Amino acid sequence: MDNIAGKKSSLTWAVHLSVAALVLIWVFPTLGLLVSSFRTTDQIRTSGWWAALFPAVQNEVFRTANPGEFRVERDGVFIVEGNLYVVDGRAETAADVAAVISAWGVSSRDIAAFGPGDTADLGEGETLSVAENGDYIWSGNDAQISGRGQRVFATAESPPEFTLANYRGVLFDPGNREGMARAFFNTLTVTIPATIIPILIAAFAAYALAWMEFPGRALLVAAVVAMLVVPLQLALIPLLTLHNQIGIGKGYLGVWLAHTGFGLPLAIYLLRNYMVGLPREIIECAKVDGATDFQVFTKIVLPLSFPALASFAIFQFLWTWNDLLVAMVFLIDSSGQTTVMTRQIVELMGTRGGDWEILATSAFVSIAVPLIVFFTMQRYLVRGLLAGSVK
Amino acid sequence: MNPAIQAIVTIVLGVGGCVAYFYLSNLFLDRVLFPARGPNTGRNINRANAIRPWLFLFPALFALGLYLAYPVFETLRLSMIDRNAGGAFVGAENYARMLDDPKFWEALRNNFLWLLIVPAASTAFGLLAAQLTDRIGWGNLAKSLIFMPMAISFVGAAVIFKLVYDARPEDVAQIGILNALYLQFGGAAPVTWLTVPFWNNLFLMVVLVWIQTGFAMVILSAALRGIPEETIEAAIVDGANPFQIFFKIKVPQIAGTIVVVWTTITIVVLKVFDIVFAMTNGQWETQVLANFMYDKLFRANDWGMGSAAAMVIMLLVTPILVWNVYNARKEMR
Repeated sequence: MDNIAGKKSSLTWAVHLSVAALVLIWVFPTLGLLVSSFRTTDQIRTSGWWAALFPAVQNEVFRTANPGEFRVERDGVFIVEGNLYVVDGRAETAADVAAVISAWGVSSRDIAAFGPGDTADLGEGETLSVAENGDYIWSGNDAQISGRGQRVFATAESPPEFTLANYRGVLFDPGNREGMARAFFNTLTVTIPATIIPILIAAFAAYALAWMEFPGRALLVAAVVAMLVVPLQLALIPLLTLHNQIGIGKGYLGVWLAHTGFGLPLAIYLLRNYMVGLPREIIECAKVDGATDFQVFTKIVLPLSFPALASFAIFQFLWTWNDLLVAMVFLIDSSGQTTVMTRQIVELMGTRGGDWEILATSAFVSIAVPLIVFFTMQRYLVRGLLAGSVK
Repeated sequence: MNPAIQAIVTIVLGVGGCVAYFYLSNLFLDRVLFPARGPNTGRNINRANAIRPWLFLFPALFALGLYLAYPVFETLRLSMIDRNAGGAFVGAENYARMLDDPKFWEALRNNFLWLLIVPAASTAFGLLAAQLTDRIGWGNLAKSLIFMPMAISFVGAAVIFKLVYDARPEDVAQIGILNALYLQFGGAAPVTWLTVPFWNNLFLMVVLVWIQTGFAMVILSAALRGIPEETIEAAIVDGANPFQIFFKIKVPQIAGTIVVVWTTITIVVLKVFDIVFAMTNGQWETQVLANFMYDKLFRANDWGMGSAAAMVIMLLVTPILVWNVYNARKEMR
């Protein structure tokens, strides 16, 4: 807005840089978890996740193939040929195949004595050459090419390597060791009814509070506003007792009801604020034409309120999917069969706190769904936030 | 029964039940109870219209009353009885016991720290992000990325930041970014950040600030756009520099929105539970009220003290509740 008066701010670059810094700081932690979930246990243990983005330089010790089995005689010279990375006929990992040797040596005192392609003179006609990709030729006389294989120290650069094994382990492990596959479906089971049912109940109430005249309406709106901030912590014991008394106990029905109750104030508030803003003429015209309130609501107000309904649906979905407390109190019983993902992750943090590959992958499985919803429906989310707080 | 089938049945029953209730109760009202025909047509229509709002409202009011209003009073009652003595009324004894518990004071102190720091930091960062991203071409992308943590659960965020704060023994490569940076910039030995009393509270708060900044940014960005351009043009013509424009022209005009953002985050802070529960579980002097309450209710099975702690949270929320209601009523007039 500074260029309204015709001059461009000299701070533009500072602005770009600060925003970039801010975004980096905000994205960095999540990125760390995402990257970690694609790394192997060894990689996570030995280096920070940021190292995974760059080629890894490693010093390794190899031994050439055993002369007893592999040496061949050519013109009186004994030769062993092969590749340092190939053990028992195949390379171990994709990274080994792609590794590039930058220096090598035959003694631990000077591990970078030679470059790729060089031929080392090991004395008395014995030679060894190692190529960039690990191919080597070791040659000499009968006595030299015998016993154990020659040791080779190589400095190799391997490109970043990622694996899907963690996700396979967490999601499709038939033994379900981490319990995440079951927890995923349990979470889904909690979330969907807990999102749909409050919408319907709230929509009718919001219509009544927005467009119907009756005594006590203002008082009810005030009550809804008040309930918006009542901490649900207060509801834990009284409602658990109630659920036990009426025979629901701990289970899905209880958690659906609880989420419905806790989600209603925001639902009613958001929808009422939106419905109040609908043009009065449309509704009055319909009433003059003989439509009942029920028809006005289902045929006019409900379709027009779609953006607000979508906003609330996203809120409620995110909130129920991410919830830990309500599920722990109203759903998860001692059998542990009905555990949800958030609870399972907390459990894993306690029992397998050091196993970052499992923890990172499990956490990302649980984060992924809300993130997809977030990025595809961001427009409605923002609109809902604005309607919910600014008005 | 398979939970998936149970869920589908619930959706069908729940949605179908709601629709059936609303449709049939309206039908009953119009056709049977007060039919719009016969000698009293006019009176019947009026009566039906007087009752209809309550038909629309009933399920919502019932659920609100049962799940939010009733528990407030029930918790108040529970906080004043002794369950082990057969529910005998003990007055303020549970509260007195709570006040004698050093963990309660620790939780209260920490909660006040959270209240001071998190809303302030989130709002400040949010305002900064809103102001800066509004002025550049890729601002919307930047906003999306800063807003993203909003979708991440507190538990997920706890895992994310546990990795950030991770500490390994001194002779091994650090995998937590904070320790890696700390050692890079001259730190002597890796620190287990979450076990350093007092400061670990700040490390937990960072998680919530990280989540809430996006929310503050979105709201404040909309408010900044709503500022009439003439006021800014006038300031530029008068020779104000960008900082003066921001602090003396823009901020005062969105003060109301800043307060709304601040109070909304304050409420989130008062209820903060998952982050502490997942990251430290209140150890190393990081207890907060909500986790203290959970401890008492479900681990120590001490309903009296747990309910008393819940009432303290309610008490802290009450000023905001009153203020919100006051504002809402003012708006409706």
